[in-house]
Amino acid sequence: MIKNYIRKLLPLVIACFMSAAALAQSGTVTGIVVDGKGESIPGATVRVEGSSQAVSTDMDGKFTLSNVKSGEVNIVVSSIGMATTTKRLTVVDGKTTSFNFKLADGRINLDEAVVVGYGSTRKKDLTGTVTSIGEKEFNKGIITTPDQLVTGKVAGVKITSNGGAPGSGSRIRIRGGSSLSASNDPLIVIDGVPVDNNGISGSPNPLSLINPADIENITLLKDASAAAIYGARAANGVLIVTTKKGSSDKLKVEYNGSFSYNDIVKFVDVMDGDQFGKAVRDSGTANQIALLGNANTNWQDEIFQNSFTFNNNVSVSGGIKKLPYRLTLGVLNEDGILRRSELDRYSASLNLGPKFLNDKLSVDVNVKYSQTKSFFANQGAIGAAIAFDPTQTVKADSAKYLPYGGYFEWLDAQNKPITVATRNPVSLLEQRQDESTVNRMIGNINLAYDLPFVKGLKANLNLGTDISNGVGNIFVDTTAASDYFNKGLVTEYDQEKSNQLLDFYLVYAKDLAKIKSKLELTGGYSYQFWETSAPSFPNLNVLGDTVVKVGLPFFTQNALIGFYTRLNYSFKEKYLFTFNLRNDYSSRFSPDVRAGYFPSAAFAWRLSDEKFMSKFKNLSDFKVRLGYGSVGQQDINNDYAYIANYSQGTPTAQYQFGNVFYNVLRPDEYDPNLKWEVTTTYNAGIDYGFYQGRINGSIDLYQKSSTDLIAFVPTPAGTNFSNAILTNIGEVQNKGLEISLNVVPIAKKDVELTIGANLTYNKNEVIALSQTKSDTDLVNVGGIAGGVGSTIQAFAPGYSAFTFLAYNQLYDGNGKPLEGKYEDINGDGTINEKDLVLNGNPEPNIFVGLNANLRYKRWNIGFVMRGEFGSEMYNNVSALRSNFTSVGGSVKALNNLSTDYINQPFKTEQILSNYWIQDATFIRMDNINVAYQFKPLNNGKIGLGLSFTVQNAFVITKYDGIDPEIAGGIDNNLYPRPRIYTLGVNLKI
Amino acid sequence: MKKNFLTHGTIVLIAILMLSTTSCMKDLDLSPKYGLNTESVYNDPANYKRVLAKIYGGFSLTGNQGPAGNPDISGIDEGFSNYIRVLWNLQEVTTDEAVCGWLNDAGIRELNTMNWSSQHPWVRGMYYRIYFEITLCNEFIRQCDDAKLADRGFSETDKTAIKGFKNEARYLRALSYYHLMDLFGTGPFITEADGIGAFFPQQKDRPFLFSYVESELLAVEPLLPAPKQNEYARVDQAAVWSLLSRMYLNAQTYINTSKFNECVNYSNKVINAGYALDADYKHLFLADNHLSNEVIFPIVSDGLFTQSYGVTTFLIHAAIGGSMPASQFGVNGGWSGLRSTRKLYDAFGADTLTDGRYLFYTAGQFLDFSANNQLGTFTRGYAVTKWKNITRSGAAGSDNTGNFVDTDFPMFRLAEMYLNYAEATLRGGNGDQATAIQYINRLRDRAFGAGIGNVASIDLPFILNERARELYWEGHRRTDLIRYGLFTGGAYVWPFKGGDYAGGAVSNHLNVYPIPVSDLTANPNLTQNPGY
Repeated sequence: MIKNYIRKLLPLVIACFMSAAALAQSGTVTGIVVDGKGESIPGATVRVEGSSQAVSTDMDGKFTLSNVKSGEVNIVVSSIGMATTTKRLTVVDGKTTSFNFKLADGRINLDEAVVVGYGSTRKKDLTGTVTSIGEKEFNKGIITTPDQLVTGKVAGVKITSNGGAPGSGSRIRIRGGSSLSASNDPLIVIDGVPVDNNGISGSPNPLSLINPADIENITLLKDASAAAIYGARAANGVLIVTTKKGSSDKLKVEYNGSFSYNDIVKFVDVMDGDQFGKAVRDSGTANQIALLGNANTNWQDEIFQNSFTFNNNVSVSGGIKKLPYRLTLGVLNEDGILRRSELDRYSASLNLGPKFLNDKLSVDVNVKYSQTKSFFANQGAIGAAIAFDPTQTVKADSAKYLPYGGYFEWLDAQNKPITVATRNPVSLLEQRQDESTVNRMIGNINLAYDLPFVKGLKANLNLGTDISNGVGNIFVDTTAASDYFNKGLVTEYDQEKSNQLLDFYLVYAKDLAKIKSKLELTGGYSYQFWETSAPSFPNLNVLGDTVVKVGLPFFTQNALIGFYTRLNYSFKEKYLFTFNLRNDYSSRFSPDVRAGYFPSAAFAWRLSDEKFMSKFKNLSDFKVRLGYGSVGQQDINNDYAYIANYSQGTPTAQYQFGNVFYNVLRPDEYDPNLKWEVTTTYNAGIDYGFYQGRINGSIDLYQKSSTDLIAFVPTPAGTNFSNAILTNIGEVQNKGLEISLNVVPIAKKDVELTIGANLTYNKNEVIALSQTKSDTDLVNVGGIAGGVGSTIQAFAPGYSAFTFLAYNQLYDGNGKPLEGKYEDINGDGTINEKDLVLNGNPEPNIFVGLNANLRYKRWNIGFVMRGEFGSEMYNNVSALRSNFTSVGGSVKALNNLSTDYINQPFKTEQILSNYWIQDATFIRMDNINVAYQFKPLNNGKIGLGLSFTVQNAFVITKYDGIDPEIAGGIDNNLYPRPRIYTLGVNLKI
Repeated sequence: MKKNFLTHGTIVLIAILMLSTTSCMKDLDLSPKYGLNTESVYNDPANYKRVLAKIYGGFSLTGNQGPAGNPDISGIDEGFSNYIRVLWNLQEVTTDEAVCGWLNDAGIRELNTMNWSSQHPWVRGMYYRIYFEITLCNEFIRQCDDAKLADRGFSETDKTAIKGFKNEARYLRALSYYHLMDLFGTGPFITEADGIGAFFPQQKDRPFLFSYVESELLAVEPLLPAPKQNEYARVDQAAVWSLLSRMYLNAQTYINTSKFNECVNYSNKVINAGYALDADYKHLFLADNHLSNEVIFPIVSDGLFTQSYGVTTFLIHAAIGGSMPASQFGVNGGWSGLRSTRKLYDAFGADTLTDGRYLFYTAGQFLDFSANNQLGTFTRGYAVTKWKNITRSGAAGSDNTGNFVDTDFPMFRLAEMYLNYAEATLRGGNGDQATAIQYINRLRDRAFGAGIGNVASIDLPFILNERARELYWEGHRRTDLIRYGLFTGGAYVWPFKGGDYAGGAVSNHLNVYPIPVSDLTANPNLTQNPGY
């Protein structure tokens, strides 16, 4: 339906607006912008209020705004570190009006527009908890995905990168996770298009498809009153990305280039050949000793490399006649530190912003396209390199290894690969090709129209689409021991995803001067439709025989329809009220329970505008905010969980009667009454500013409760088609405190120092998990390597989600762990599952960010640090490899030991001991940046800047494993994060 | 003019939006493209057999994607969750017949050492696998209701076939309830009268379940095909009799009342039903064991079409380790898990060289354990070579990669009926002693060669050992030891019973498994078994 609709509507809309464009009457505004000392300010933004017309001042502080609508206009001038100034001017048709602006020093721009859902508002008028980060505050260095731009910069937002693989994404958590089985990812909205954050086959991370160089601003809506207008998808907050736009200015060309060196910081501590040889000779059997080789191979050295990344972006912007445009082209080439891993991204984005009908109609067209070509190195090599016997060589001469490409492999008496043995890590890398190409296009056209009949009434139509396609193929040679018995592997995949959006809303703004009130009413309708499809391909071997037959293709759809309304009311510009109501319908629930109603309300009081506060001379801003709101959650990984459905078995899951195999049909478990999970947030906060904003920040207290929690939990045996179903049960709560503080201790012409700090305390707790609310509720999660079916975490009432569940290790008088001795918690004289103890949280209860920037003349030096406190990590690598049993030898193969074994020689595995749950508190220097901006060249027409950045400079931690920061709290075969040195060039013409 | 046009344009625009809003609401009614809903499944008579295949397949498969990836149940590793694999582990690894060395794998150590609790993953896996099977049967039986079939307008031929399927589903449900009664003693009770949805089933005790299983079996007995008259791998009257024979043999355990006459009666029915012992004992456990005339009800595996990490794929791979050549078992490698204890070896006494059922691998293996950490060492304990994925002619199974096997698992076979008859007779049933000895000697003729290993008299301890020799590693041992009062307590110990390699006493409450704590939490009607 939506496609038809777009097809019908677009020509009509475009035709009617084009025809009227010529009627506009306009003039020009020129001038110079200077600071308090009369020095010109380059790069200040000059815009016409109420329109998207804006230009930047040149190197001499000069600006020209052409095509300004004739009549009275407000010209707004802003620059970082300066107080924003507004001047009302009269523009005469066909004439040029000159006005010079003098900006006062000031830190915080309360008139700055902040993007909120379906509109924008002045910062001073915000009632919800919203943090907006502009381009100048973004993190520096090589940034390959947009979330990295704001890591560590926002209180309440924890961004954890998924490791060092090229383009690998991050886990973003805003105020903790509010769900157990549903998604905990925030909604990401790019230029008004909520995008799919669920990934596509062949792409390491969906956000990696967006070029960060295009981004102007990232705004986070943290509390429910701010996010509620997004209703159904806002339970975990909203991240709004605004990209750079064109301007009706002269042609500008900007080039950003960088070159990065990715340096391996640390390997997992495993034994070298000599240490391992000694350990086996000391404790091993004759059979084990016989398997030792003579080499001393550092397998991690063999699979990792230091690598390079190149990133080039060119943008062209300006206005052709009355058409502002911006075009960016980007090329990113990143080689991973795991040999052979590689990512090449080609991106193009185009923005057009024409206006028609006396500027009453603004059109904003965005098209973002990217193509990502990846080579996925076999990450299995990471675990294999940790485990492989260091006394063996990479390749071996003996003829028996010839069928395996000459690589040393563990072979049985018949010279066949031993199926349960670790494979040669280098062979895993070299003998597997896994390549993909992903294309993604996000496009939207937004029409904003001042309706002619009613003053103050605007209509806004946004049509958007997000289409991606990932194709890939995998080839494993016949000589690869990993696929020896299948005689190699040849397979491919192909996935299509699409997301269509139609958003229409009306805004009515009314200034009721008589009663000192302002009113803004928004009402709208939103339609979104998602589809994912993937054909099924067989697994063939290199000879062309079918190993795994073609299964059923994959196809799933879901739709969301929402109606929303928002009322903003302000009295004397000091008492601010916001009310939202959103009514959502999700196809994931049955018609009876499909409708969800999500209200919110917020109140803010600008105390600093009260007369009685004027005696506090240095107080420049003080606002109290109170908010309440509920939002829905339906992002479950199953589009049809409420429908009684029979699924068909694959060709390898048939059953035989007589001589015939039958394709089976299985009724799938379902909950016909599955309905919205509801997250309710209470928020109380203050915004403060002293000394013209040279000290500013905010403090927020929140409580966020998810009720009717959608969780995959056990259902009474015999009442459904499986033992656990997705159903509404239980409750999860997050409580927390966020503090942010920005200080400008020095602000002189040549020297300026800015410091930003934020601190978050968050406590997550599972309140209930079943209808009976028993204290025996427990859902095991957190699968670990080394034991099939073994888990190390649980959901349990009274504990935070993913609390560790392990045996309490007993120690001797010297503090050494006693092998196999655990605390008998229930005192029944035996140690079994009933003695497992819930203790330790993989999430920090406190996390902080600290950044500082010092500008001295043309130099800039800055850093960003992050710290997480109170988190713990299960060291799966040591748990697995610090005991002699893990060496193996019952088949003819050996596995390496962790160096921990030297200090703590366990005989057998202790994988469920809390000995391995270790303090993961850390402080990380994320980013150190030095930049130099040359004097403008060529009469101030060319700007040139150079920068040098070190990312992931160092980590301070007590944690023994490779990295204390791993989302989920289980350290197992992480793709290590390199230290990155980047040299960057910025050229503006 | 232009303004007019614009105004109209705007109105048209808004009108289109309004219309689209209403029509879009229909877009919310979405259903799976490649699935079938309940009605569409049961409107096609051909689909009934496909659902029935899932119910039978529930004993062999672990999910709808072979070998793994779309599991039937959760809370246990999918490969572990296979019906026969969990049943086998609970019946064998807990006893003197087998140990398993994968001590890092969830719950394995506790099975070996008889130290499971109500949170034990394998106990949970068995319980939920049983209820998965029961719930599938209930749904299918509901859908095969006469009135529904009449409504759907099927032909008489179709209706007759579907009613036959329904009887088989009733049998399979009774079989699962039997396993529940044997392993757990008690549990929630649901039939086709209960639907799907939010309710709390009532718990029923062992005597109730015993009489329910008995009555269901007796009810379907006349409705099922005569022995050997159904398709391969589907049940017939002999399957009913076999289960009754096994259940009556253990009636003392279940209901504290002996039913040895009934055991004799139903054992006899099977014995006289036309089955015959395989000439070669070893053939019963090979890739082409579907050729056997001894198996009464097999659970099918197939290397290409019926793949899972359970049943015989598990039994064959897991039993290979040390210096055992995997290729001689028709698979690509061993998983170094399962071995036996000295007690099983001792059951063969002096006959290890002459009894054809002694299928052990000893090269490089130690018979005994000398330390507790040797539980995880494959070379400790003799390996068992009974299960193989090669055919009688020595060819490997159909899966060229050697991953998945063709060997079927006998749920019931004739030899057990001979042993049941003999034991019930010895325990006071109305069988004939001479016939009982004759039956035992048939097994021994096959094992030793005609007339070589015959016995002249039998007693109960002999029968228990004979059952070990004949039926070891086929999932019988725990039930047998309980019947003899030897599973718990300290009268009979074996390596790792109670935790130590020397063996020790364990509490009697372990004779039944606990209700998983997850179901106690989900269903307030349930009470835990004593001692847990």
